[in-house]
Amino acid sequence: MIGLEHYLTVAATLFVIGIFGLFLNRKNVIILLMSIELMLLAVNINLVAFSSFLGDLVGQVFTLFVLTVAAAEAAIGLAILVCFFRNRGTIAVEDVNVMKG
Amino acid sequence: MIQADLNVILPEIALSVFAMAALIFAVYTSKDKLAPTLVWVSAAVLVAVAAFIGLNGSGENIAFGGMFVDDAFSRFAKIVILLSAAAVLVMSQEYMQRRDLLRFEYPVLIVLASVGMMMMVSAGDLMALYMGLELQSLSLYVVASLRRDSVKSTEAGLKYFVLGALSSGLLLYGASLVYGYAGTTLFSGIIQTATEEDISLGLLFGLIFVISGLAFKVSAVPFHMWTPDVYEGSPTPVTAFFATAPKVAAMGLFARVLHDAFGGAVPDWSQVVALLSVLSMFLGAVAAIGQTNIKRLMAYSSIAHMGYALMGLAAGTAFGVQAMLVYMAIYVTMNVGTFAFILMMERDGQPVTDIGALRMYSKREPGKALAMLILLFSLAGVPPMLGFFGKFYVLQAAYQADLIWLAVAGVVASVIGAFYYLRIVFYMYFGEDTGEDLDTGGNPVLSGFLMASAAIMVVGIVNMFGVEGAAEAAAAVLVN
Repeated sequence: MIGLEHYLTVAATLFVIGIFGLFLNRKNVIILLMSIELMLLAVNINLVAFSSFLGDLVGQVFTLFVLTVAAAEAAIGLAILVCFFRNRGTIAVEDVNVMKG
Repeated sequence: MIQADLNVILPEIALSVFAMAALIFAVYTSKDKLAPTLVWVSAAVLVAVAAFIGLNGSGENIAFGGMFVDDAFSRFAKIVILLSAAAVLVMSQEYMQRRDLLRFEYPVLIVLASVGMMMMVSAGDLMALYMGLELQSLSLYVVASLRRDSVKSTEAGLKYFVLGALSSGLLLYGASLVYGYAGTTLFSGIIQTATEEDISLGLLFGLIFVISGLAFKVSAVPFHMWTPDVYEGSPTPVTAFFATAPKVAAMGLFARVLHDAFGGAVPDWSQVVALLSVLSMFLGAVAAIGQTNIKRLMAYSSIAHMGYALMGLAAGTAFGVQAMLVYMAIYVTMNVGTFAFILMMERDGQPVTDIGALRMYSKREPGKALAMLILLFSLAGVPPMLGFFGKFYVLQAAYQADLIWLAVAGVVASVIGAFYYLRIVFYMYFGEDTGEDLDTGGNPVLSGFLMASAAIMVVGIVNMFGVEGAAEAAAAVLVN
């Protein structure tokens, strides 16, 4: 029987993979965007699992909002990335370093 | 029912409709030629909405089944947000136009970001919180990279986007756990589950994730790493905006989540917020010492100031929230004036950000140098200025809440931090003259803001223009 814990474990695993993807990735900014998406989807699994467990629809409504905002976020991220590529000629994470910080 | 709900969110509706109408109108008419007019009109609309909220609002109005709360606290934060956004818009007009940066999207995005911030401080539900936060953040990512042909500006936008999205993810993961373990997304429902005696581990995890997501937005250490780069890379008027309105909104949201949703579990978050506060104060004070770029310096300065504001929250009392609100109002006023000065720092029409360029500035511009001196003293917290009273308030709040170690740390950090503010004063009054003079004169609007802000820092000590009373009323509705 697959219970709430299994869903929560999968979501937590995906979330941690997403965070590691953000910090360990040294190659490509696109991978950063994918990692962010992975984190948001992990949250969605959490929300839907809780929603079904509690028998409460609010979690699924929340999921729809998160999905929509994630799409808008990806669009803006890609737009900024295109501008950056035009100026710098590269999208490698190592080259995002004009300012030291 | 719906009519009553709509009446509560009338200011937000008016601003959103204005933003969308302005966007369509500008696209179909003269585009960027319309931008200067649009900046002034947007600023006027923001001020008008602030006046409407200030004069018309009363009592506590709850809309959409508790999702949206309009009370004295949100009205206080909204007025500060709207007025500072309007001030920054007006300040940026001439600067951006001269550099061919003024696109019509800029005022539209600022107005949309303001709507998001108004949602944030009024949120009564995790969903409303998230939507407000994202509306604000998405607008800010775009304005950070407004200078599309500059590597620095687009890099600032990219860094802000990646770290901002990470923080939204953390916050959202926390929100999902809070929803799961409290069984509701309404703050009024969460506060019933999250009581001191039996707060479940899942709820505590959720709370910590939410706090880290919010700490990113207020740029508290250890979630501050985006701040210096974004401040340096963005066009200066945008930096001025980042340093003012979004900080107030994020602090307002922080206070609302902690007190409205987790007000029953103060000891559980008080220590975490105190830790964020002390780290921010010290990092802001120490790391700014090595900076020569005034925008980076202001970034570390804002990290330190957020530390002081968080000290008020860490107290976990109504007086602490009041102190935080007063501190934020003073901080915003100081920053508007300081950035008006930074916007005027030019040599042969080119912006200069090196503080070395201010050597012997007082000889050429005694009036502006004096105004900047007052603002820097105020930022450092030197007694006769208003900035001192802001710090005094939060220290008092921490002291009353038995966080004496935090208050002592705050005093020590403020002494360390005074060094880099006073170094700029030293350059202006006693530095060696290198002969590379900054341009004199400057835009009358910017000078006006600089002088007004400096005047407030001196005159405000009489009665703080009634901000104190308003903040007290605001804090009283939040903490009960």
